[in-house]
Amino acid sequence: MVLTSARDITESANPPRAVFLDFPLGHTAGRVGEPELNRSIVAAALDTLSRDEPGCIVDLAHRWADTDDWKKDVMRVDVTPDGRTVTVDDRVPRHPTPQYQADADAEAAARLHRGQECVVCAGIDY
Amino acid sequence: MSDRQPPVRYIDRTRAQYEALGYGTYGWASNPDPPQMAHLDRPLSECCVGMIATGGIYAVGQTAFTFKDDVTYRAIPADVDTAELRATHFAYDLTDARRDINVVFPIDALRALAADGEIGEVAPWLYTCMGGIYSQRRVLTELAPALLERCQRDGVDAVLLVPV
Repeated sequence: MVLTSARDITESANPPRAVFLDFPLGHTAGRVGEPELNRSIVAAALDTLSRDEPGCIVDLAHRWADTDDWKKDVMRVDVTPDGRTVTVDDRVPRHPTPQYQADADAEAAARLHRGQECVVCAGIDY
Repeated sequence: MSDRQPPVRYIDRTRAQYEALGYGTYGWASNPDPPQMAHLDRPLSECCVGMIATGGIYAVGQTAFTFKDDVTYRAIPADVDTAELRATHFAYDLTDARRDINVVFPIDALRALAADGEIGEVAPWLYTCMGGIYSQRRVLTELAPALLERCQRDGVDAVLLVPV
């Protein structure tokens, strides 16, 4: 079963069972510091295992905020009065090297791996 | 509470944004045929439940993901210290994931459900990878079969997929 915050992408990929949470991307399982919410969302996903309709998507009632205004600015494209389309290119360059959250993580990985294959970093050629 | 707006149509918006930027179109996965259904042969309270998340999550000590068609994965032990989990990705705002990894990798929720007997147990390993991988071919022929094999070897009854 799948947890998703992108209903249309999930409709297209068409997994057996899904639960849709209408939150901004990056919050598929809920909000920061709300373990009970995380748990209820995961439990809702587990509940779909008893469903038989192929491709079923269960819509959860939770809302991200009092309004849905956050949706307006997602990948926004505007047209200027003189007919030009304007958008923000917020894509991150596709760096081909490991991108650590913190420098200390890079050091920790280097210490741990020193010249040997790691059983939990699967599929990496050292 | 004001009126609800319909779900964001990410496929349409991505197409419009890429067009405005002069990029080629993105090839979304499309599987119009009804998916195959598997059925649990025992109650959830007796099931071993795994998780695969695409948010670029790794544990301290593991090699981080790259941002260029990375089809590797990381095996996260089920008893990992949540504070040791990190997130790295190019395609979503990491701010909240870095404050509380449970928003993209609900490991504490899974462990709580197991502790309360609602699921039988959490699988010994949980798996993470990147999303936004351009090569569907490599996902289908390399990443997905590798993850399937790992989950089967772990003896899971069901797997929760958490894309970002």
